[in-house]
Amino acid sequence: MSERSIGSNGRRGFLRVVVAGVSAAVVAGCDKLAATSWFAGALRGGETLTRATQRLVVGDQALAQEFTEADITGPFRSNGTSHPRSAAYDALAANGFADWRLQVDGRVARPAHFSLDELRMMPSRTQITRHDCVEGWSAIAKWTGVPLHEILARVQPEPSARYVVFHCADPMQPNGTQPYYESIDMIDAHHPQTILAYELNDAALPIGNGAPIRVRIERQLGYKMAKYIMRIELVDSYSGIRGGNGGYWEDRGYAWYAGI
Amino acid sequence: MALYYRHRLPVRIMHWINVVAFVVMLMSGLMIFNAHPTLNWGKQSYGDAPEVLSVEAYRDREGGLHGSTTIFGRSFDTTGLFGVAPNAQGIAATYAFPHWLTIPSNYSLAVARRWHFFFMWVFIVNGLAYVAWSIATRHVSRDLAPTRTDLGSIWQSIKDHARFRHPRGEAAKRYNVLQKLTYLSVIFVWLPLVILMGFAMSPSLNALLPGWVDLFGGRQSARTLHFAAALVLVAFTALHVFLVITTGLWNNMRSMLSGRYRFRAEPLDE
Repeated sequence: MSERSIGSNGRRGFLRVVVAGVSAAVVAGCDKLAATSWFAGALRGGETLTRATQRLVVGDQALAQEFTEADITGPFRSNGTSHPRSAAYDALAANGFADWRLQVDGRVARPAHFSLDELRMMPSRTQITRHDCVEGWSAIAKWTGVPLHEILARVQPEPSARYVVFHCADPMQPNGTQPYYESIDMIDAHHPQTILAYELNDAALPIGNGAPIRVRIERQLGYKMAKYIMRIELVDSYSGIRGGNGGYWEDRGYAWYAGI
Repeated sequence: MALYYRHRLPVRIMHWINVVAFVVMLMSGLMIFNAHPTLNWGKQSYGDAPEVLSVEAYRDREGGLHGSTTIFGRSFDTTGLFGVAPNAQGIAATYAFPHWLTIPSNYSLAVARRWHFFFMWVFIVNGLAYVAWSIATRHVSRDLAPTRTDLGSIWQSIKDHARFRHPRGEAAKRYNVLQKLTYLSVIFVWLPLVILMGFAMSPSLNALLPGWVDLFGGRQSARTLHFAAALVLVAFTALHVFLVITTGLWNNMRSMLSGRYRFRAEPLDE
C-alpha cells in the first residue's frame, strides 16, 4: 500500500489509523507488562503447566509419528551451525572422527568414553521422523543411531541424576565462545526414540547436520536436538551450568520444555 | 423504552476474558509467524505441494525495499504493511507483520511464544467453561439454537442485514437467525478448529495417537489451517465490532458490561 493510496481513500485511511492506534496501545501495554518480573514469571509458569499436562496426557513412552521412505523429499536442511568454527573440531573431522571420543560422566557410577566405531557396534535404531523447528518449518528424514538408554545402561546413572546435558563442539559466538549445549530429563533420555544419530538418510551424518553425532528427541522441537556432541554429563540440576536455564537457546529466553 | 436483562454475569465475564485472550493469541501468533512467514500444505515444509502463502521483502535495482505477499502463486505489493513496514523508529523493517500488530512489538520469537502458550491456557479454559456453562444452563438450546421459524427466515434476515434494518421491540430480545448461526459456527467450528490445529503443531501431542495430524493434511497443513481459522475469527470479530457500533454502541456496551439492554417497545420511525 503506497502513501498515495492511504491518502486518497479517507474512510480506509481512518479505519487504518484507528486499528493501528488501538493495536499500538495494546502492544505498548503488553511490552510494559512483560517487562515486569511478576508477569514474566507468570508467563513462564505456563511452560510448567504445559509440560505437566502434556506428559500426563501423552505418556512417557508414547512414540512420535514415524513415516515411510516415500515421505523423504531430499537432502535434510542444515540449520543453525552448518560447520563449527573450531580448529579442534576441524582436526577431528579431518580423519573422519577416528580420534573423536564421546565422554560420558557426571552423576554416573561408571564414567566412560566411546569411539564412533564403538557406538556403531551397539544396538541401533532407525526411524523416519519429522523434525519440527521452533520457527515453524518441518522436514522428514531417516535417522540411525544408538538409543541413549543403551549408553545410560553402560555408565549406570546414580539415583541423583535428573538431567542429561549435551555439551557440543560448535561455538555460537564469532569469537569462538559459548559452545552449544542442551539438556533433557530422564523421561526423554530413556524414551525409545531418543537416539544418538550417526546416520542421516542412510549415509554418515554430514557436518551440516551435526557430525559425528546429534541427539534425536522426537517429541520436542529442533533446538533440543544438539549437534556435534562431545560430552554427555548427568547432573542433578542444570542451574549451575552456563546461563542456568538448561540450554543455549533457553539462556536466550526460549522454553526449556519444547514439546509445543 | 425499557431496560431488558440480556446477558447474565458469567457470559459477560467470560466474554471479556475471551477478548483479552483472543487479542493476545492473535498478536503473539503474528509475531510467531514472523519467524517463518510461509504457509505450506502437507506433512512437512519440503514436500511437492506449492506454497499457500508467503510474505517476503526484496530490494529493487535502485536499492529500494519492497514487501510482497504471495497467495496461491499470485503476488501483491504490500509495502508499508506486510513484508516491509516502518518500525517504531520509522525505519523500514523487513518483517511479515509490522511492530504495531505483534506482541511483543520488537522481534522476539521466544517472548511471543511465552505469551502465546500462557494465554493459550486462559483461552482454552475460558472457552471450555463457556461451553460447559452454556450447555448446562440451556443457553445453547434456548438462545443459540435456531428454531424452525428461524431457519425459514434466513433469506429475509439476509435482506434485513443488507439494508441495515435491525430487529427492534420484542425481536431485539433474542438473537436473529444469522446471529445464531454465526455464533454457533464460531463456538463449535472455528474456535475448536484453531485450537485443534494448534495442538497439531505440537511435537509432543503428535505422539498422542500416531498419524492423527495427517487427518488434517499433515503438520504444515495444520499450521496453514491454524492461520486460516485465525483469519476467519478476525473477520468475525471485525464484523461483530462493526455491528456493535452500528446498532448502538453504548447500548450494546452496557448490555455486555451490566447486562442491561434498552429496547424500544415499538418501532418509532416506521
